[in-house]
Amino acid sequence: MPVTSYLVLAAILFCIGLYGVLTKRNAVIVLLSIELMLSAANINFVAFSKYGLYANVTGQVFSLFSIAVTAAEAAVGLAILIALYRRRGTVEMDQFHSLKG
Amino acid sequence: MIKFAWIIPLFPLVAFLLLMIGRRKLSEGAAASIGVAGVLASLSLSVAVFLERLQSPSNYVATFDWLRIDQVMVTMGIEVDALGTLMLLVVSLVSFLVFVYARGYMRGDQRFSTFYAYLSLFAFAMLSLVLSPNLLQIYLFWELVGVGSFLLIGFWTFKPEAKAAAKKAFVVTRIGDVAFFVAILLTFWKVGSLELSQVFAAVESGQLAPEIVTTIAILIFIGAVGKSGQFPLHTWLPDAMEGPTPVSALIHAATMVAAGVYLVARTYPLFLASPIAMDVVAYVGVFTAIFAATIALVQNDIKRVLAYSTVSQLGYMMFALGSAGYVAGIFHLTTHAFFKALLFLAAGAVIVSCQRQQDIRQMGGLWAKNRTVGSLFLIGALAIAGVPPLSGFFSKDAILLAAYQDGRYIVFLVGVLAAFLTAFYVFRLFFLIFGGSYRGKEPVVSVPKVMVWPMIILAVFAVATGFVNFPTDAFANWLVEGNGIVAQTASTPWWLPVGMTILSIIGIAMAWILYGKRSVAVSSFGEPGPLPYRLLARKYYVDEIYDRVFVRSLKGLGLILQAFDRFIIEGLVKGIAGIISWLGRIGSRLQNGQAQSYVLVSLIGLILLVVSFTAGRLLK
Repeated sequence: MPVTSYLVLAAILFCIGLYGVLTKRNAVIVLLSIELMLSAANINFVAFSKYGLYANVTGQVFSLFSIAVTAAEAAVGLAILIALYRRRGTVEMDQFHSLKG
Repeated sequence: MIKFAWIIPLFPLVAFLLLMIGRRKLSEGAAASIGVAGVLASLSLSVAVFLERLQSPSNYVATFDWLRIDQVMVTMGIEVDALGTLMLLVVSLVSFLVFVYARGYMRGDQRFSTFYAYLSLFAFAMLSLVLSPNLLQIYLFWELVGVGSFLLIGFWTFKPEAKAAAKKAFVVTRIGDVAFFVAILLTFWKVGSLELSQVFAAVESGQLAPEIVTTIAILIFIGAVGKSGQFPLHTWLPDAMEGPTPVSALIHAATMVAAGVYLVARTYPLFLASPIAMDVVAYVGVFTAIFAATIALVQNDIKRVLAYSTVSQLGYMMFALGSAGYVAGIFHLTTHAFFKALLFLAAGAVIVSCQRQQDIRQMGGLWAKNRTVGSLFLIGALAIAGVPPLSGFFSKDAILLAAYQDGRYIVFLVGVLAAFLTAFYVFRLFFLIFGGSYRGKEPVVSVPKVMVWPMIILAVFAVATGFVNFPTDAFANWLVEGNGIVAQTASTPWWLPVGMTILSIIGIAMAWILYGKRSVAVSSFGEPGPLPYRLLARKYYVDEIYDRVFVRSLKGLGLILQAFDRFIIEGLVKGIAGIISWLGRIGSRLQNGQAQSYVLVSLIGLILLVVSFTAGRLLK
């Protein structure tokens, strides 16, 4: 089944992204890892729109939407990072702990 | 006039309230005037009641209902009988004189008004006590005089010894009070009434089993033992001398400590119905008399000698009562109140003139410097030593005669020996204070006039009171008229008064030889000395024994209970709190502000959710 190989690829990509989000200290890398996870989701969309049980074009359209949203998210995320860097002088994730109760 | 007897205790009560309200504002003169006015009013009314009671020998009882317990009504009120009238007179007279005296003795004290307030409270309680018609009311005022005594012993709160003595007095007398309370409960249970008249009626009609009467009588006697400082509960009384001297004279010589004797006399029909109880009273009394007299031989604190002397004389009264010498006991109570109050007040004057020095080794030669106080002290000493024709001679003879006629020869002989010792130690005191040369360092100062004339009045009474029962038995007949107690009227054997007089003169002469003629050097005291001397100087080690046996064992029990509380109870409480806060710490460690760990936690949660859903579906 060709869909299986797409899904495995997406799962591997998602796991790499998740690993990056959880372990990397640099916020830019974390942002990139999030992009990776979103790409994995997009691959799933496309794969199911081609080989799914009810294959139709909606999945591809949705993945286009998703890419647009991701681009916006990356822009906003990077902007926040720059603001953070200006304010705190670092992009290390573990320095941002003002949420601590 | 006798109808207004209930007002007598209220004057000091009003004085107490006024003094408490104005204790910060009143000057010394104003405070003393209020206090003295209160007792003076009581005294004049008491005299009036006494005179009326002399003319019409019938008891006056007035009560009102106070509490209803099931079917039984507990009343409050007054009962004026011969004994009560006599006590009213003695208490109010001695109170009045001591109140006047305290004006001089307490001069310059910071809490002068408070002192008078406490004294007034005590006078109120004591006067109410002697008017009480039922056991519950007696108990009420019995405790209230205890409170007055506690407050006044510990009056000088800056002295740690005074505070300890106050606590000791309170705790030790409480032991007796518990027994008294049990006696009251037992009476109520068996008789169904607390009225003394009904209790006596029940005893006379044989309604009570003899062993119950004995138990009640002995329990009441234990209460009296506590209050009157009889062995083995005597230890608080010498320590109570830490209080101001007027307090010692009023409370711990003349009135409150005599309340135990009064109680036994008041409930006398109970004792008469029980030979065992009479034996107990007689033997405890005579043992206390000789025991305290021997201790008094070697004490060096002027007030402690007098305190042990008081214990010993109270023992006399007790064994008189135990030997069916009702009149003799009360007679001695009356004369003792006067001459012992006189001795205490004179001792207070000596203490003032030696600038608050109480150690007789630091005194001496005061006869030349203060002849008035010296001769007053001498009168008191002669009276207590039993030299005719002073009051102590008559009352002591009456007591010994009672013991002799009751067939208690051992008690009689020990009593004679104690009388001899009394003459000896009191004149040892006299010669050490007034004879020889002055050994103190501070210069001798004069005694205020206001302190002297109360002593003169007391001296008159100490000399003259004996004649109320001599040459006729007027006092005895008056006291027992109408209350069913038989006065002993058998004639005195000729050798008793003669022998007693010779014995007391020998005692005085021995004291003169040992302490008067030879001006004793200070260094001859205070050395460890031979064993009997040490035994006496340490008061037979009774305090030490009590400390080892009761105080320490109770403290040990307290420590165990404290450990139980601290480690087991508190351990439980702290353990539970610890578990909760440990959980809280783990929870708060999760919230560390790191977004990544939050993500990790939600991932773990998600995985758990997925796994459990999958497992659930597979297992279905």
